[in-house]
Amino acid sequence: MNILRANFWFHYAGPQAFYGLAGRLWPWCAALAAVLGLWGLWLGFMVAPADAQQGEGYRIIFVHVPASWMSMVIYLAMAFWSVLGLTFNTRISGMMTRALAPTGAMFAFLSLWTGALWGKPMWGTWWVWDARLTSELILFFLYLGYIALTSAIDDQRRGDRAGALIAIVGAINVPIIYFSVKWWNTLHQGASVSLTKSPSMAQVMLWGMLLMALCFWFYTIALVLYRVRTTILQRESHTAWVQATVQEAA
Amino acid sequence: MIWESWSQFWEMGGYGLYVWGSMGVTAACLVIEVWQARLANRQLFIQLRKEDEGNL
Repeated sequence: MNILRANFWFHYAGPQAFYGLAGRLWPWCAALAAVLGLWGLWLGFMVAPADAQQGEGYRIIFVHVPASWMSMVIYLAMAFWSVLGLTFNTRISGMMTRALAPTGAMFAFLSLWTGALWGKPMWGTWWVWDARLTSELILFFLYLGYIALTSAIDDQRRGDRAGALIAIVGAINVPIIYFSVKWWNTLHQGASVSLTKSPSMAQVMLWGMLLMALCFWFYTIALVLYRVRTTILQRESHTAWVQATVQEAA
Repeated sequence: MIWESWSQFWEMGGYGLYVWGSMGVTAACLVIEVWQARLANRQLFIQLRKEDEGNL
C-alpha cells in the first residue's frame, strides 16, 4: 500500500503538499469539534446529576480534566515533531512544533485557572505548592520558554533546532505531572480515569468529560493545521506556488 | 431536565462563580485564539499581495 512506503510520508513532509493536506483536513476537524463540544456540554450541564460530595461545583471537571490532558498531549506532540525534525531535518517539523506551542500554553493556563477555581471552594485555597500543581506550572513555563526562545532567534531553522531541544528535554516533565499524584502525597485527587481500573465516576459524567476531551483534541488539530498553513506561506513566500496561491485568493 | 429554572442553572448550587468563571474564561480563550489565527492569516495574505504587486 501507498501509505506504508516512506515516500508517501516524505511527500507530505514537503511544505506545499502539507499545505494542501492541512487545508482539506482542518474544516472537518473544526466541525467535529463543534459537534462534540455541544454534545459534551449538553451531557455535562443538562443531563449529568449533581455530585454526591461536591454538589454542582464538580462541573468544572468538564473543562479542567480535558484542558489538563491537552496541555500534556500537546507537549508530547511537540517533542515528537522535534525528534522527527532533528532526525530527518524536515522543514515541516519546526513549523508544526511552533504551531502547537500557543495552544499548549493556553490549555496549560486553563488547567491552572480552572484548577484554582475548583480548589478554592473544595480545598479552601486557590493554590498550593504541591507536586501536581507545581509540575503543571512548570509545564506552562516550558511553553512560554519555548515561544520566547524560538521567536528571539532570527534564523528560523536555527530557532527550530533550539526549540526542539527545549521540547524534547522538557517532555520529561509530562510523566512527572501524570504520576505526581501517585509518587507524592498531594492535595490533588488521583486519576478519575485510568487504563487499568474502571473509572471512579458515574457513566454520564464520564461520557460528558470524554466528549469534551475529544472536542479539545479536534479543536487543537483544526487550529494547529490552520495556523501551520499561515506559517508555511510565510516561510515559503519566495516560491512560485505561494505566489500563485496568493494571486488565486485575490 | 435536571434544572427547575434558569436562575437555578446560573446559581449552580452556590458554585456559580467558580463554574462559570471556569467556563467563561475557557470560552474566551478559545474565541481569542481562533480570532488571532484568522487575523494572522489575513494579514499575511495582504502583505504577500502587496509584495507581489511591488514585483510587477
